Amino acid sequence: MAKIHVSATVNGDAVDFLCDPEQTLLDVLRDELEFNGAKEGCGTGDCGACSVTLDGRLVCACLIPGAEVQGKTIETIEGMADGEVLHPLQRKFIEHAALQCGICTPGLLIAARALLERNPDPTETEVRYWLAGNLCRCTGYHKIVEAVLDAAEEMRT
Amino acid sequence: MGELRYEFPDTLDAAVALLAGESGAARVIAGGTDVLVQLRTDTIEPGLMVGINNIPEVRTISAENGGFRFGAAVTGMELVEHAAFAKTWPGVIDAVKLIGSIQIKGRATVGGNFCNASPSADSVPAMFAANAVATIVGAKGRRDVPVEDIATGPGRTSLAKDEILASFFLPKRPPHAGDAYLRFTPRTEMDIAVSGVSVCLALDGGGSCTTARVAIAAVAERVLLVDEAADALIGTPVDDAALEALAVAVRAACRPIDDKRGTKTYRIKVTGVLAKRAARIALARAGER
Repeated sequence: MAKIHVSATVNGDAVDFLCDPEQTLLDVLRDELEFNGAKEGCGTGDCGACSVTLDGRLVCACLIPGAEVQGKTIETIEGMADGEVLHPLQRKFIEHAALQCGICTPGLLIAARALLERNPDPTETEVRYWLAGNLCRCTGYHKIVEAVLDAAEEMRT
Repeated sequence: MGELRYEFPDTLDAAVALLAGESGAARVIAGGTDVLVQLRTDTIEPGLMVGINNIPEVRTISAENGGFRFGAAVTGMELVEHAAFAKTWPGVIDAVKLIGSIQIKGRATVGGNFCNASPSADSVPAMFAANAVATIVGAKGRRDVPVEDIATGPGRTSLAKDEILASFFLPKRPPHAGDAYLRFTPRTEMDIAVSGVSVCLALDGGGSCTTARVAIAAVAERVLLVDEAADALIGTPVDDAALEALAVAVRAACRPIDDKRGTKTYRIKVTGVLAKRAARIALARAGER
Protein backbone atom coordinates (compact mmCIF):
# COMPACT_ATOMS: atom_id res chain seq x y z
CA MET A 1 0.00 0.00 0.00
CA ALA A 2 1.31 3.43 -0.94
CA LYS A 3 2.42 5.33 2.13
CA ILE A 4 2.06 9.09 2.23
CA HIS A 5 4.96 11.22 3.45
CA VAL A 6 3.84 13.99 5.81
CA SER A 7 5.76 16.80 7.55
CA ALA A 8 4.09 18.64 10.42
CA THR A 9 4.81 20.36 13.74
CA VAL A 10 3.82 18.69 17.01
CA ASN A 11 4.18 20.70 20.23
CA GLY A 12 6.67 23.00 18.52
CA ASP A 13 8.89 20.25 17.09
CA ALA A 14 9.12 19.35 13.40
CA VAL A 15 8.06 15.76 12.74
CA ASP A 16 8.08 13.57 9.62
CA PHE A 17 6.12 10.38 9.21
CA LEU A 18 4.81 7.92 6.65
CA CYS A 19 1.16 7.03 6.94
CA ASP A 20 -1.41 4.84 5.25
CA PRO A 21 -4.44 6.57 3.71
CA GLU A 22 -6.64 4.94 6.37
CA GLN A 23 -4.63 6.20 9.32
CA THR A 24 -6.11 9.04 11.34
CA LEU A 25 -4.14 11.75 13.09
CA LEU A 26 -4.83 9.85 16.32
CA ASP A 27 -3.33 6.65 14.83
CA VAL A 28 -0.30 8.64 13.69
CA LEU A 29 0.19 10.37 17.05
CA ARG A 30 -0.07 7.14 19.03
CA ASP A 31 1.39 4.52 16.68
CA GLU A 32 3.96 6.42 14.60
CA LEU A 33 5.07 9.31 16.82
CA GLU A 34 4.59 7.80 20.30
CA PHE A 35 2.46 10.62 21.65
CA ASN A 36 0.13 8.44 23.73
CA GLY A 37 -1.61 11.21 25.67
CA ALA A 38 -4.55 11.55 23.31
CA LYS A 39 -6.78 8.52 23.90
CA GLU A 40 -9.06 6.57 21.61
CA GLY A 41 -12.46 6.31 23.27
CA CYS A 42 -15.08 5.94 20.57
CA GLY A 43 -13.16 6.58 17.35
CA THR A 44 -16.19 8.38 15.93
CA GLY A 45 -15.91 11.90 17.34
CA ASP A 46 -18.43 11.44 20.14
CA CYS A 47 -16.29 11.26 23.28
CA GLY A 48 -13.53 13.87 22.91
CA ALA A 49 -10.81 11.72 24.53
CA CYS A 50 -8.59 12.34 21.48
CA SER A 51 -8.97 16.14 21.55
CA VAL A 52 -5.97 18.04 20.16
CA THR A 53 -5.62 21.37 18.42
CA LEU A 54 -4.87 21.58 14.70
CA ASP A 55 -3.62 25.04 13.66
CA GLY A 56 -5.17 26.28 16.91
CA ARG A 57 -8.57 24.71 16.26
CA LEU A 58 -9.97 22.19 18.78
CA VAL A 59 -10.67 18.92 16.97
CA CYS A 60 -11.01 15.18 17.51
CA ALA A 61 -7.79 13.56 16.24
CA CYS A 62 -9.76 10.40 15.40
CA LEU A 63 -11.64 12.32 12.67
CA ILE A 64 -8.61 13.88 10.95
CA PRO A 65 -6.97 11.97 8.11
CA GLY A 66 -3.26 11.68 9.01
CA ALA A 67 -2.37 12.61 5.45
CA GLU A 68 -4.17 15.93 5.83
CA VAL A 69 -1.89 17.45 8.49
CA GLN A 70 0.91 18.18 6.00
CA GLY A 71 2.41 21.56 6.98
CA LYS A 72 0.07 21.95 9.94
CA THR A 73 0.69 22.61 13.63
CA ILE A 74 -0.63 20.17 16.23
CA GLU A 75 -0.73 20.66 20.00
CA THR A 76 -1.25 17.67 22.28
CA ILE A 77 -1.37 17.13 26.04
CA GLU A 78 2.35 16.30 26.00
CA GLY A 79 3.07 19.96 25.21
CA MET A 80 0.87 21.43 27.91
CA ALA A 81 3.26 21.53 30.88
CA ASP A 82 6.37 23.71 30.67
CA GLY A 83 8.97 21.06 31.51
CA GLU A 84 8.27 20.07 35.13
CA VAL A 85 5.93 23.04 35.69
CA LEU A 86 2.30 22.07 35.21
CA HIS A 87 -0.15 24.30 33.34
CA PRO A 88 -2.60 25.96 35.79
CA LEU A 89 -5.40 23.78 34.40
CA GLN A 90 -3.39 20.62 35.11
CA ARG A 91 -2.63 21.81 38.65
CA LYS A 92 -6.26 22.72 39.35
CA PHE A 93 -7.47 19.35 38.03
CA ILE A 94 -5.24 17.71 40.65
CA GLU A 95 -6.25 20.11 43.44
CA HIS A 96 -9.96 19.63 42.76
CA ALA A 97 -9.63 15.87 42.17
CA ALA A 98 -11.22 16.48 38.78
CA LEU A 99 -10.24 13.06 37.50
CA GLN A 100 -10.56 9.46 38.49
CA CYS A 101 -9.57 6.94 35.82
CA GLY A 102 -7.93 9.68 33.73
CA ILE A 103 -8.83 8.48 30.24
CA CYS A 104 -10.82 11.63 29.44
CA THR A 105 -8.40 14.00 31.19
CA PRO A 106 -5.97 14.83 28.35
CA GLY A 107 -8.88 15.69 26.07
CA LEU A 108 -10.63 17.74 28.73
CA LEU A 109 -7.46 19.70 29.49
CA ILE A 110 -6.84 20.47 25.80
CA ALA A 111 -10.49 21.47 25.33
CA ALA A 112 -10.49 23.62 28.49
CA ARG A 113 -7.30 25.39 27.39
CA ALA A 114 -8.89 26.15 24.00
CA LEU A 115 -11.87 27.67 25.83
CA LEU A 116 -9.76 29.86 28.12
CA GLU A 117 -7.67 31.11 25.20
CA ARG A 118 -10.88 32.45 23.60
CA ASN A 119 -12.78 33.35 26.74
CA PRO A 120 -10.64 33.97 29.85
CA ASP A 121 -13.70 34.56 32.05
CA PRO A 122 -16.33 31.95 31.15
CA THR A 123 -19.50 31.36 33.15
CA GLU A 124 -20.21 27.90 34.54
CA THR A 125 -22.78 27.43 31.76
CA GLU A 126 -20.24 28.39 29.10
CA VAL A 127 -17.75 25.89 30.53
CA ARG A 128 -20.37 23.13 30.53
CA TYR A 129 -21.44 23.82 26.94
CA TRP A 130 -17.85 24.11 25.66
CA LEU A 131 -16.92 20.79 27.30
CA ALA A 132 -20.09 18.99 26.13
CA GLY A 133 -18.00 17.09 23.59
CA ASN A 134 -15.75 15.56 26.26
CA LEU A 135 -17.36 12.62 28.00
CA CYS A 136 -16.31 11.59 31.53
CA ARG A 137 -17.90 8.48 33.05
CA CYS A 138 -16.28 8.89 36.49
CA THR A 139 -16.52 12.36 37.93
CA GLY A 140 -20.01 13.58 37.17
CA TYR A 141 -18.32 16.68 35.69
CA HIS A 142 -18.82 18.98 38.67
CA LYS A 143 -15.23 18.86 39.87
CA ILE A 144 -14.00 19.35 36.30
CA VAL A 145 -16.10 22.49 35.90
CA GLU A 146 -14.90 23.78 39.28
CA ALA A 147 -11.28 23.15 38.31
CA VAL A 148 -11.66 24.99 35.00
CA LEU A 149 -13.35 28.00 36.65
CA ASP A 150 -10.68 28.08 39.37
CA ALA A 151 -7.87 27.86 36.81
CA ALA A 152 -9.48 30.63 34.76
CA GLU A 153 -9.61 32.87 37.82
CA GLU A 154 -5.95 32.22 38.63
CA MET A 155 -4.90 32.78 35.02
CA ARG A 156 -6.69 36.15 34.94
CA THR A 157 -4.78 37.49 37.94
CA MET B 1 -11.58 -3.92 0.54
CA GLY B 2 -9.13 -2.85 -2.16
CA GLU B 3 -6.39 -0.29 -1.86
CA LEU B 4 -7.64 3.12 -0.85
CA ARG B 5 -6.14 6.12 -2.65
CA TYR B 6 -6.23 9.50 -0.95
CA GLU B 7 -5.75 12.64 -3.02
CA PHE B 8 -5.64 16.31 -1.99
CA PRO B 9 -5.99 18.35 -5.19
CA ASP B 10 -5.42 22.13 -5.15
CA THR B 11 -8.20 23.04 -7.60
CA LEU B 12 -11.82 22.07 -8.17
CA ASP B 13 -11.01 21.15 -11.78
CA ALA B 14 -8.38 18.67 -10.58
CA ALA B 15 -10.78 17.27 -7.99
CA VAL B 16 -13.53 16.81 -10.59
CA ALA B 17 -11.04 15.10 -12.95
CA LEU B 18 -10.09 12.66 -10.18
CA LEU B 19 -13.74 11.81 -9.52
CA ALA B 20 -14.53 11.46 -13.25
CA GLY B 21 -11.50 9.20 -13.79
CA GLU B 22 -12.20 6.79 -10.91
CA SER B 23 -13.76 3.54 -12.05
CA GLY B 24 -14.83 2.41 -8.56
CA ALA B 25 -16.60 4.24 -5.78
CA ALA B 26 -15.20 7.64 -4.82
CA ARG B 27 -15.95 9.98 -1.95
CA VAL B 28 -15.38 13.69 -1.51
CA ILE B 29 -14.20 14.51 2.00
CA ALA B 30 -14.06 17.92 3.68
CA GLY B 31 -14.41 17.88 7.48
CA GLY B 32 -14.86 14.12 7.48
CA THR B 33 -17.10 13.99 10.55
CA ASP B 34 -19.58 11.82 8.64
CA VAL B 35 -17.39 10.29 5.92
CA LEU B 36 -14.64 9.02 8.24
CA VAL B 37 -17.19 7.42 10.56
CA GLN B 38 -18.85 5.71 7.56
CA LEU B 39 -15.43 4.56 6.34
CA ARG B 40 -14.53 3.20 9.74
CA THR B 41 -17.78 1.27 10.08
CA ASP B 42 -17.49 -0.05 6.48
CA THR B 43 -20.75 1.71 5.60
CA ILE B 44 -18.84 2.96 2.55
CA GLU B 45 -15.84 1.31 0.87
CA PRO B 46 -14.51 3.77 -1.68
CA GLY B 47 -11.42 3.20 -3.79
CA LEU B 48 -10.69 6.91 -3.90
CA MET B 49 -11.05 9.69 -1.35
CA VAL B 50 -10.75 13.25 -2.67
CA GLY B 51 -9.92 15.70 0.12
CA ILE B 52 -10.99 19.21 -0.86
CA ASN B 53 -9.60 21.23 2.05
CA ASN B 54 -6.62 22.48 -0.01
CA ILE B 55 -8.93 24.15 -2.55
CA PRO B 56 -9.26 27.86 -1.66
CA GLU B 57 -12.66 28.33 -3.34
CA VAL B 58 -14.38 25.84 -1.04
CA ARG B 59 -12.70 27.20 2.10
CA THR B 60 -13.53 30.94 1.76
CA ILE B 61 -16.23 33.25 3.17
CA SER B 62 -16.67 36.43 1.10
CA ALA B 63 -19.06 39.30 0.43
CA GLU B 64 -20.76 39.10 -2.99
CA ASN B 65 -23.39 41.41 -4.49
CA GLY B 66 -24.43 42.60 -1.05
CA GLY B 67 -24.83 39.00 0.15
CA PHE B 68 -22.43 36.32 1.28
CA ARG B 69 -20.79 33.38 -0.43
CA PHE B 70 -19.17 30.70 1.65
CA GLY B 71 -17.36 27.58 0.54
CA ALA B 72 -18.89 24.16 1.09
CA ALA B 73 -15.85 23.15 3.19
CA VAL B 74 -15.97 26.18 5.52
CA THR B 75 -16.29 24.75 9.04
CA GLY B 76 -19.07 25.46 11.51
CA MET B 77 -16.74 27.28 13.89
CA GLU B 78 -15.45 29.49 11.06
CA LEU B 79 -19.03 30.57 10.31
CA VAL B 80 -19.83 31.10 14.01
CA GLU B 81 -16.69 33.24 14.43
CA HIS B 82 -17.31 35.32 11.26
CA ALA B 83 -18.85 38.39 12.91
CA ALA B 84 -20.45 39.94 9.81
CA PHE B 85 -21.97 36.67 8.62
CA ALA B 86 -23.21 35.74 12.09
CA LYS B 87 -24.85 39.16 12.51
CA THR B 88 -26.60 38.93 9.14
CA TRP B 89 -27.79 35.30 9.37
CA PRO B 90 -28.46 34.55 13.05
CA GLY B 91 -30.85 31.71 12.14
CA VAL B 92 -28.15 29.93 10.15
CA ILE B 93 -25.82 30.39 13.13
CA ASP B 94 -28.54 29.05 15.52
CA ALA B 95 -28.48 25.86 13.44
CA VAL B 96 -24.72 25.55 12.97
CA LYS B 97 -24.15 26.01 16.71
CA LEU B 98 -26.33 22.97 17.41
CA ILE B 99 -24.23 20.62 15.24
CA GLY B 100 -22.23 18.35 17.55
CA SER B 101 -19.54 19.45 19.96
CA ILE B 102 -17.02 22.26 19.62
CA GLN B 103 -14.59 19.64 18.30
CA ILE B 104 -17.08 18.47 15.66
CA LYS B 105 -17.92 22.06 14.66
CA GLY B 106 -14.18 22.65 14.23
CA ARG B 107 -14.30 20.24 11.27
CA ALA B 108 -17.93 19.75 10.22
CA THR B 109 -19.17 21.79 7.27
CA VAL B 110 -22.53 22.99 5.96
CA GLY B 111 -21.58 21.42 2.61
CA GLY B 112 -21.13 18.10 4.34
CA ASN B 113 -24.44 18.50 6.15
CA PHE B 114 -26.09 18.77 2.70
CA CYS B 115 -24.10 15.93 1.09
CA ASN B 116 -24.70 13.55 4.02
CA ALA B 117 -28.40 14.22 3.29
CA SER B 118 -29.76 13.33 6.70
CA PRO B 119 -33.41 14.36 7.10
CA SER B 120 -32.49 15.75 10.54
CA ALA B 121 -29.53 17.91 9.41
CA ASP B 122 -29.61 21.14 11.44
CA SER B 123 -28.05 23.60 9.01
CA VAL B 124 -30.07 22.43 6.00
CA PRO B 125 -33.50 23.91 6.97
CA ALA B 126 -31.78 27.15 7.97
CA MET B 127 -30.21 27.37 4.50
CA PHE B 128 -33.58 26.58 2.87
CA ALA B 129 -35.15 29.44 4.82
CA ALA B 130 -32.26 31.73 3.88
CA ASN B 131 -33.04 31.12 0.18
CA ALA B 132 -29.47 29.93 -0.40
CA VAL B 133 -28.24 28.85 -3.82
CA ALA B 134 -25.63 26.09 -4.19
CA THR B 135 -22.87 26.18 -6.78
CA ILE B 136 -22.00 22.68 -8.00
CA VAL B 137 -18.96 21.97 -10.15
CA GLY B 138 -18.64 18.89 -12.37
CA ALA B 139 -17.07 17.57 -15.56
CA LYS B 140 -19.75 19.38 -17.60
CA GLY B 141 -19.08 22.71 -15.89
CA ARG B 142 -20.78 24.71 -13.15
CA ARG B 143 -24.43 24.90 -12.24
CA ASP B 144 -26.33 26.88 -9.62
CA VAL B 145 -29.31 25.21 -7.95
CA PRO B 146 -31.62 26.11 -5.06
CA VAL B 147 -30.37 24.24 -2.00
CA GLU B 148 -33.75 22.48 -1.81
CA ASP B 149 -32.70 20.49 -4.90
CA ILE B 150 -29.61 18.82 -3.36
CA ALA B 151 -31.02 16.06 -1.14
CA THR B 152 -33.42 13.55 -2.70
CA GLY B 153 -33.82 11.19 0.26
CA PRO B 154 -31.97 9.86 3.29
CA GLY B 155 -28.27 9.76 2.34
CA ARG B 156 -29.04 10.47 -1.31
CA THR B 157 -28.35 13.61 -3.33
CA SER B 158 -28.88 14.86 -6.88
CA LEU B 159 -25.12 15.33 -7.40
CA ALA B 160 -23.59 13.27 -10.23
CA LYS B 161 -20.54 11.13 -9.51
CA ASP B 162 -18.17 13.74 -10.98
CA GLU B 163 -19.81 16.69 -9.20
CA ILE B 164 -18.66 18.55 -6.09
CA LEU B 165 -20.71 20.96 -4.01
CA ALA B 166 -18.43 24.02 -4.12
CA SER B 167 -20.15 26.90 -2.35
CA PHE B 168 -23.34 28.54 -1.17
CA PHE B 169 -24.62 32.02 -2.02
CA LEU B 170 -26.93 33.76 0.45
CA PRO B 171 -28.58 36.78 -1.17
CA LYS B 172 -28.57 40.31 0.25
CA ARG B 173 -31.01 40.65 3.11
CA PRO B 174 -33.76 43.23 2.83
CA PRO B 175 -34.13 45.66 5.78
CA HIS B 176 -36.42 44.49 8.62
CA ALA B 177 -35.67 40.81 8.01
CA GLY B 178 -34.86 38.07 10.50
CA ASP B 179 -34.35 34.34 10.63
CA ALA B 180 -34.33 31.69 13.36
CA TYR B 181 -33.90 27.93 13.78
CA LEU B 182 -35.25 25.84 16.63
CA ARG B 183 -35.08 22.12 17.12
CA PHE B 184 -36.35 19.70 19.70
CA THR B 185 -34.01 17.15 21.26
CA PRO B 186 -34.39 15.24 24.55
CA ARG B 187 -31.00 16.60 25.64
CA THR B 188 -29.90 20.22 25.34
CA GLU B 189 -26.69 19.41 23.45
CA MET B 190 -25.01 16.66 21.44
CA ASP B 191 -28.22 15.16 20.14
CA ILE B 192 -30.08 14.61 16.87
CA ALA B 193 -33.22 16.58 16.07
CA VAL B 194 -36.60 14.97 16.71
CA SER B 195 -37.97 17.97 14.83
CA GLY B 196 -36.43 21.18 13.49
CA VAL B 197 -37.94 24.36 12.06
CA SER B 198 -36.41 27.39 10.33
CA VAL B 199 -38.28 30.59 9.62
CA CYS B 200 -36.96 33.57 7.66
CA LEU B 201 -39.22 36.59 7.17
CA ALA B 202 -39.11 40.24 6.13
CA LEU B 203 -41.42 43.09 7.14
CA ASP B 204 -42.43 46.33 5.44
CA GLY B 205 -42.22 49.69 7.24
CA GLY B 206 -45.64 49.10 8.78
CA GLY B 207 -44.70 45.72 10.27
CA SER B 208 -46.56 43.57 7.75
CA CYS B 209 -44.78 40.43 6.55
CA THR B 210 -43.76 40.79 2.89
CA THR B 211 -41.77 37.59 2.33
CA ALA B 212 -41.32 34.40 4.34
CA ARG B 213 -39.69 31.00 3.97
CA VAL B 214 -40.34 28.10 6.34
CA ALA B 215 -38.45 24.80 6.35
CA ILE B 216 -38.94 21.70 8.50
CA ALA B 217 -36.48 18.92 9.35
CA ALA B 218 -36.64 15.37 10.76
CA VAL B 219 -40.32 15.03 9.83
CA ALA B 220 -39.97 13.63 6.30
CA GLU B 221 -37.49 11.66 4.17
CA ARG B 222 -35.66 14.93 3.57
CA VAL B 223 -35.84 18.53 4.74
CA LEU B 224 -38.93 20.26 3.31
CA LEU B 225 -39.65 23.84 2.28
CA VAL B 226 -43.29 24.54 3.16
CA ASP B 227 -44.78 27.21 0.89
CA GLU B 228 -48.20 26.99 2.58
CA ALA B 229 -46.57 27.84 5.91
CA ALA B 230 -44.88 30.88 4.39
CA ASP B 231 -48.21 31.95 2.85
CA ALA B 232 -49.76 31.86 6.34
CA LEU B 233 -47.38 34.64 7.40
CA ILE B 234 -47.20 36.83 4.27
CA GLY B 235 -49.52 39.84 4.42
CA THR B 236 -50.02 39.53 8.17
CA PRO B 237 -48.41 41.32 11.12
CA VAL B 238 -47.28 37.84 12.29
CA ASP B 239 -49.88 38.00 15.06
CA ASP B 240 -51.33 35.08 17.02
CA ALA B 241 -53.84 34.23 14.28
CA ALA B 242 -51.07 34.07 11.65
CA LEU B 243 -48.90 31.96 13.95
CA GLU B 244 -51.75 29.51 14.49
CA ALA B 245 -52.26 29.29 10.70
CA LEU B 246 -48.50 28.74 10.36
CA ALA B 247 -48.63 25.84 12.82
CA VAL B 248 -51.58 24.25 10.99
CA ALA B 249 -49.77 24.50 7.63
CA VAL B 250 -46.53 23.11 9.04
CA ARG B 251 -48.29 20.17 10.69
CA ALA B 252 -50.09 19.38 7.42
CA ALA B 253 -46.73 19.12 5.65
CA CYS B 254 -45.14 16.74 8.19
CA ARG B 255 -44.87 13.10 7.13
CA PRO B 256 -42.58 11.68 9.83
CA ILE B 257 -41.74 8.14 10.86
CA ASP B 258 -42.05 6.60 14.31
CA ASP B 259 -38.60 5.85 15.67
CA LYS B 260 -36.65 5.72 18.91
CA ARG B 261 -36.38 9.51 18.98
CA GLY B 262 -40.06 10.31 18.63
CA THR B 263 -43.47 9.15 17.48
CA LYS B 264 -45.26 10.47 14.39
CA THR B 265 -47.97 12.08 16.51
CA TYR B 266 -45.49 13.79 18.79
CA ARG B 267 -43.27 15.00 15.94
CA ILE B 268 -46.21 16.57 14.10
CA LYS B 269 -47.44 18.33 17.23
CA VAL B 270 -44.06 19.65 18.34
CA THR B 271 -43.15 20.85 14.84
CA GLY B 272 -46.12 23.22 14.90
CA VAL B 273 -45.06 24.53 18.31
CA LEU B 274 -41.48 25.04 17.17
CA ALA B 275 -42.68 26.86 14.03
CA LYS B 276 -44.60 29.39 16.11
CA ARG B 277 -41.65 29.95 18.44
CA ALA B 278 -39.13 30.23 15.59
CA ALA B 279 -41.39 32.74 13.81
CA ARG B 280 -41.59 34.84 16.98
CA ILE B 281 -37.78 34.90 17.25
CA ALA B 282 -37.42 35.75 13.54
CA LEU B 283 -39.99 38.54 14.01
CA ALA B 284 -38.10 39.99 16.97
CA ARG B 285 -34.85 39.88 15.02
CA ALA B 286 -36.52 41.57 12.03
CA GLY B 287 -37.68 44.35 14.34
CA GLU B 288 -34.11 44.98 15.46
CA ARG B 289 -32.93 45.84 11.95
